[in-house]
Amino acid sequence: MTLASSSTSDITYNFAYLDEQTKRMIRRALLKAIAVPGYQVPFGSREMPLARGWGTGGIQITAAIIGADDVLKVIDQGADDTTNAVSIRRFFARVAGVATTEATEEATIIQTRHRIPEAPLSADQVLVYQVPQPEPLRKLEPRETETRKMHGYGEYGLMQVRLYEDIARFGHIATTYDYPALVNGRYVMAPTPIPKFDNPKMDHMPALQLFGAGREKRIYAVPPYTTVRSLDFDDHPFQVQRWSRPCELCGAGDSYLDEVVIDDQGSRMFVCSDTDYCEGRRAEGHVGTQLEQSAGQRLTGGSS
Amino acid sequence: MYVAVKGGEKAILASHDLIAQTRRGDPLLPELDVAQIASQLGIAVDRVMNEGSIYDRELAALAIKQAQGDLIEAAFLLRAYRTTLPRFGASLPVDTARMLIRRRVSATYKDLPGGQVLGPTYDYTHRLFDFSLMDSEGERGSVQPAQEALDENMPRVPDILGAEGLMERELPPPGDEAPFDITRQPLEFPAERDERLQVLARGDEGYLLGLAYSVQRGFGHSHPFVGEIRLGEVSVEIVPEELGFAIDIGDITLSECQMVNQFAGSKDQPPQFTRGYGLAFGHAERKVMAMSLVDRALKADELGEDVRYPAQDAEFVLYHCDNVEASGFVEHLKLPHYVDFQGELELLRRMHREIAERVMTTEKREAAE
Repeated sequence: MTLASSSTSDITYNFAYLDEQTKRMIRRALLKAIAVPGYQVPFGSREMPLARGWGTGGIQITAAIIGADDVLKVIDQGADDTTNAVSIRRFFARVAGVATTEATEEATIIQTRHRIPEAPLSADQVLVYQVPQPEPLRKLEPRETETRKMHGYGEYGLMQVRLYEDIARFGHIATTYDYPALVNGRYVMAPTPIPKFDNPKMDHMPALQLFGAGREKRIYAVPPYTTVRSLDFDDHPFQVQRWSRPCELCGAGDSYLDEVVIDDQGSRMFVCSDTDYCEGRRAEGHVGTQLEQSAGQRLTGGSS
Repeated sequence: MYVAVKGGEKAILASHDLIAQTRRGDPLLPELDVAQIASQLGIAVDRVMNEGSIYDRELAALAIKQAQGDLIEAAFLLRAYRTTLPRFGASLPVDTARMLIRRRVSATYKDLPGGQVLGPTYDYTHRLFDFSLMDSEGERGSVQPAQEALDENMPRVPDILGAEGLMERELPPPGDEAPFDITRQPLEFPAERDERLQVLARGDEGYLLGLAYSVQRGFGHSHPFVGEIRLGEVSVEIVPEELGFAIDIGDITLSECQMVNQFAGSKDQPPQFTRGYGLAFGHAERKVMAMSLVDRALKADELGEDVRYPAQDAEFVLYHCDNVEASGFVEHLKLPHYVDFQGELELLRRMHREIAERVMTTEKREAAE
């Protein structure tokens, strides 16, 4: 995939849709968020032409930080070609006319839902997360007035008790995504519904990580090279998911795998959820078990 | 054989074409025009203006047409458009006491200055089909204007009660600061009245109706009387900076409901009536009645009543009454979640495996013994 510049930008709207005052308001919230890592900053979230819960927080952050020279990548579930990622990428191509890409290393801004790319990010990149529920304590305490107090006092015992109860009941911490993490030793943060597999990537990441919750009207951030520690216990250390086999398309043994049901007999195959990573490896000549079969030729075709 | 899911962009574009075709319906029938919707589906237009938070009949009608009559989708279109509008000022408070009345009814007095004015209402129609509406050119009743004009003096019922000291007084807070603005600021709790009323004013009519009903039926001890409902036109005035005095920029139609409620009083306060308030764009009587019941319920905390029921709980009511936000979040569940789901599958399978292994080892041990 190479850089694709959009020629269909829409000049009837301000660059990147939002007016400059709104962008400034969002940037102020971002600065505060970066200054207090993991703290949820309330902001005057605007109504966007995409539905609430469909990435309006991430879209507003991207709109506030994007410039004409930026190169944007948008992923959903790790993939560039899922419908909502396509829709958001089209939105920015239209209202900002910026270049878009599917290649992780070419992007200056990566907006994501539910994944962190497998390829390590660098200091000149920004990762923008779409956040459905910014409050990690919400499932334990429905009231905002209470959870703000709990964060204020650093009262996270309730969360530890919940994790402990999982171990007592199931023998495991039964949280597999949106796994709570302590940022910079102070605030417990919702890493958004990324699989806990991705949590370790957040720790001391060179790239700036910004989180936008449009419907809930909160912004938070993890500055570069900041500690992000997934909550655990000394005798039950944090662990990530593992698969017994590698990706069946590219043979990667270190990536997060999606399960694809391939017939009505219950047969399944496991493939990388990060489509760019998988395609990159295949271009380098890595071959998984499925691709070794001749029928597998169809799999690589049609890549846009 | 697994085929990689590609071509999302083409599918999206094709879905746009399909929905446009579906919206148009039977091409042999004439297409609805926006003016017809604005004029003949007026109450739907009013609802969309309220929940979409812009007073613009034409745009609301366009939204209804574009959304194929889906009023929540139509409100969403208006809201998204609203974001792009510059704000060049705020109006002076509108004065509903000076409303040009089209309808005004009170349930608390048999007669009152200005009288009861039924105006346009479905209240006393029998809900029987008017089959003459099936023909597009059927006979329509003609309206005879009254001989006399309505009384210019139409005092609002709570003002009458207030003069006697029986009504809870509602005064601007000290300093009369600029009101909270829910379109620019995230909700704050505890929420003051200005914030609450704004959220209710653009809240979903169905949701408010359900909450209001719950208060009345038993989940809240409310004993309301309709002090007054009025519908009519009020003028909107702004003070441009360069002029320094108010100018009239036009009229808007408003519905207003003032609900009178009992209040037991406290040690320091004699019992008096308390107020529930509802105000909405256009003809939205059900909305303003529901709103005024919920407004009163949300005063529980400041009146020292127990907060025991959903309608009295400000976080519950205010966080969930915006239908644009609610439908977005409920419907986001149709977005792909297979990464999270894979995490759950992996954990569930591991736990099943562990339990099976544990059962096996116990059986073996028992067999050996």
